[in-house]
Amino acid sequence: MAGLELLSDQGYRVDGRRAGELRKIQARMGVFAQADGSAYIEQGNTKALAVVYGPHEIRGSRARALPDRALVNCQYSSATFSTGERKRRPHGDRKSCEMGLHLRQTFEAAILTQLHPRSQIDIYVQVLQADGGTYAACVNAATLAVLDAGIPMRDFVCACSAGFVDNTALADLSHVEEAAGGPQLALALLPASGQIALLEMDARLHEDHLEQVLEAAARAARDVHTVLDRVVRQHVREASILLGD
Amino acid sequence: MKETPLSNCERRFLLRAIEEKKRLDGRQTYDYRNIKISFGTDYGCCIVELGKTRVLGQVSCELVSPKLNRATEGILFFNLELSQMAAPAFEPGRQSDLLVKLNRLLERCLRNSKCIDTESLCVVAGEKVWQIRVDLHLLNHDGNIIDAASIAAIVALCHFRRPDVSVQGEEVTLYTPEERDPVPLSIHHMPICVSFAFFQQGTYLLVDPNEREERVMDGLLVIAMNKHREICTIQSSGGIMLLKDQVLRCSKIAGVKVLEITELIQKALENDQKVRKEGGKFGFAESIASQRITAFKMEKAPIDTSDVEEKAEEIIAEAEPPSEVVSNPVLWTPGTAQIGEGIENSWGDLEESEKEEEDEDGTDEAIILDTIKMDTGVEVSNIGSQDAPIVLSDSEEEEMIILEPDKNPKKIRTQTISAKQEKAPSKKPVKKRKKKRAAN
Repeated sequence: MAGLELLSDQGYRVDGRRAGELRKIQARMGVFAQADGSAYIEQGNTKALAVVYGPHEIRGSRARALPDRALVNCQYSSATFSTGERKRRPHGDRKSCEMGLHLRQTFEAAILTQLHPRSQIDIYVQVLQADGGTYAACVNAATLAVLDAGIPMRDFVCACSAGFVDNTALADLSHVEEAAGGPQLALALLPASGQIALLEMDARLHEDHLEQVLEAAARAARDVHTVLDRVVRQHVREASILLGD
Repeated sequence: MKETPLSNCERRFLLRAIEEKKRLDGRQTYDYRNIKISFGTDYGCCIVELGKTRVLGQVSCELVSPKLNRATEGILFFNLELSQMAAPAFEPGRQSDLLVKLNRLLERCLRNSKCIDTESLCVVAGEKVWQIRVDLHLLNHDGNIIDAASIAAIVALCHFRRPDVSVQGEEVTLYTPEERDPVPLSIHHMPICVSFAFFQQGTYLLVDPNEREERVMDGLLVIAMNKHREICTIQSSGGIMLLKDQVLRCSKIAGVKVLEITELIQKALENDQKVRKEGGKFGFAESIASQRITAFKMEKAPIDTSDVEEKAEEIIAEAEPPSEVVSNPVLWTPGTAQIGEGIENSWGDLEESEKEEEDEDGTDEAIILDTIKMDTGVEVSNIGSQDAPIVLSDSEEEEMIILEPDKNPKKIRTQTISAKQEKAPSKKPVKKRKKKRAAN
């Protein structure tokens, strides 16, 4: 892929977007009838599915129960057909564990766990197609699923990835842009207060550019929030029509 | 075994100290602990001590066939192990979350930042490349494993020498260290992780938390940078919510710290190089200091004693003179004497839990000693500045309720007393206990 320009002179990226433009987001809540909450999201070609069970009694060892809040248990799984090459992913491998830990950290900060002491909330995320920005898609899908389950949260958790090429910050990276090896930042944000629930960055980025990239990611996350907000309202409207209100 | 939980008072103490900008070991907010780097006899082996946290790093290499989609690049493999000797809580099978987190962070910091030139590790494209394996073992856990591990990894990689290889057409010759000097790896830059611990929902921040501080922290932010001020990795963990300007401030602090640490690493590497060249003794046996191998090393802390005299004089001048030393013993009745005075009785505020208190020692500010019965260890219970001591019946541990006309009935618990002495129930100051005092 040598010579592939990530940002052309006119300011267009490989897929024709501008530097700060997000990919098309389509989402649906309540896809599974059996789960307490579920959601499906497509961000460009990245497709992720999230399912929430809870709050329910702690499964397994009672000793893990926290006396004053709920335990959030997240599991991340990437389908074998999600990438270009079919790759068998063993279930407990390090990358999945790490993603699960990051998701748990993100949602423990956002869910009002004090309202459900000694119980457990399970969040399962499955990536069906990975075209860059998998962490962001997982977080967005999980937010919708938690909202669908009716679990109270402080605010939406909106995530987006960002990169840096040719002195410009790019928002919402696709797989091609990620594979090119430049710096990538993933940010999970609570839009109303601007607080960052999770921040992770890979590859070299000079300190002076950090602010620019953070700002681009934050702006993109807020744009994601607008879309998700619209999805939730649409879903509630449909549900209330069915109920005959 | 399961980790000992931190007591609430210790947690409160630590948090209060942090609010007052004090750390238990006397460091400032942005200070690192002492870093000590020592090398082993083989190339690629080092021990890094960050305060008491100790990490051993060892690099080894092997010729293998490359990955299919990266035929011209060498393979880097990192592994951090939390040895069971590091902390009682580290047991095989019990450490998974922490282990995954640390390993992934190290991998991302060292591999994704491309600090090692993997193309230079290629011997025959598509057939033989070098696989460099970095093994890190945590030997002692006193907080901030990630910083120590990243320093150990990069130092070990810089110190390592791989065997020389030459390719002539189809023929590949691998030289042993005796035939040709081994060759160092080509390292572009040295990423070093700096950890920031957040307390009280992000209000207070500390650099290089030690183990106690890690237990009470809300969350951790790790920033890996190199000396050119390029950020290699950022990772926030724990339940903290950060603000953008906090992250930017931390990155500036990290830049400064990384420069200092990189200088230290360079110096250590140079020293070791010099010692080896001059034929001096090198290796762990030399660097582990003085008399005994098993000596517990305490760092000498420098103290500034220049103005000690003035300070001492100030303190003496301002301090009050010590109170009068104790008076003469007062003999109440034959066999009962009192030295000193008691304090106000506080049994009126007695709580439920106090009822179970035993009477064993009853050491208090004023103890009335039965001069005859001293050897049996029996004490007469009475503390009171005003009244004569109460002496009650000689049954064991009898709870006696003394009725007073104006006050609530007070319970007294006494031990056996041999001398039968009665006193009419009247105002009885009762044995007061230190604990009750404290409870009030």
